[in-house]
Amino acid sequence: MNEPGLEQRSSRNWLGLLPLAVVLIIGGFLFAGLSLQPKEIPSVLIGKAVPEFDLPALPNRPKGLKTGDLKGQISLVNVFASWCVSCRAEHPLFMKLSTHGVVPVHGLNYKDEGPAAIGWLRRYGDPYDRVGHDLKGRVGIDWGVYGVPETFLVDAEGRIVCKHIGPVMARDLEEKLLPAIHALRQGDTAQC
Amino acid sequence: MLMVNLRCLIVAICLVGLVAPAWSVAVDTPLADPSLEARARAIHKQLRCLVCQNQSIEDSNSSLARDLRILVRDRVTAGDSDAAAIDFVVDRYGDWVLLRPPMKWGTAILWLGPALFLILALTLIVFWYRRRQGPDAAIGAPLNANEKAQLRALLDDGDHT
Repeated sequence: MNEPGLEQRSSRNWLGLLPLAVVLIIGGFLFAGLSLQPKEIPSVLIGKAVPEFDLPALPNRPKGLKTGDLKGQISLVNVFASWCVSCRAEHPLFMKLSTHGVVPVHGLNYKDEGPAAIGWLRRYGDPYDRVGHDLKGRVGIDWGVYGVPETFLVDAEGRIVCKHIGPVMARDLEEKLLPAIHALRQGDTAQC
Repeated sequence: MLMVNLRCLIVAICLVGLVAPAWSVAVDTPLADPSLEARARAIHKQLRCLVCQNQSIEDSNSSLARDLRILVRDRVTAGDSDAAAIDFVVDRYGDWVLLRPPMKWGTAILWLGPALFLILALTLIVFWYRRRQGPDAAIGAPLNANEKAQLRALLDDGDHT
């Protein structure tokens, strides 16, 4: 109380820092926002059993896809369609996985005409063990599919371990999917 | 002859342009029962489209939104309550699809955030107001010995110039 001037000055200093604090807080939020992927909606099916489904095969191609097929061994389920342009970007990788026998890859052909899908596989190669033809997209909804391509890693018990949204690129395979597959084979819990 | 062909071509292109909107908008078939359709519509408005993100599936033209509208109509027709039909979609896509997020620990800041900011702002305003009153009150108080000396020195200074 003896030095009111001094007290006033210290409170002014504190107020002077306020704009800086506001800028830092807003800047922090904006900076965090840079690395967010609002287009990637996390799947609620991670850790759960694959949905119950039974899809027919594509015309003139053996082996459809159903829930039981995904039990017994680790596999990838790739949601694809002939109308999907970015599916073409990831396709060579699945061809490689299949020719080297790294892991079985099954296809979920999403909202596609049978002949178009078959023509596409003939043109770009068929890396799939089984392919389920989901003409209406109902099974896709059960899997929580909202964009194509999407790829699911399924463990030997038929549980969904992880989901990759968008085309699988070499980096995703090397840094995410293959380490997870390796961990599963070691009997560890896989995270991706 | 070439001119006629060219004209035909232009007319054909214009006609194709006219029918183009018919391809882009796939019209839903409403349910025969108006009360069921009204319920389905109300549910559509609460579900967020996964492709266009800030639209409801009622407003979105994306094909997934259309599939989800049909799915909701099917659930309602099958006898699902509104909550059960919504849960059916949430089980597959998560709380993300709800335009009105549920009150949970994870969403608490979403619901309570505005109220917290209001309380914070009001507290700061009261705090600053009181702070400002402090020095103002000191103005009326008599000067102490030190201040009197300073004032005298200043006034004397003024005399010299």
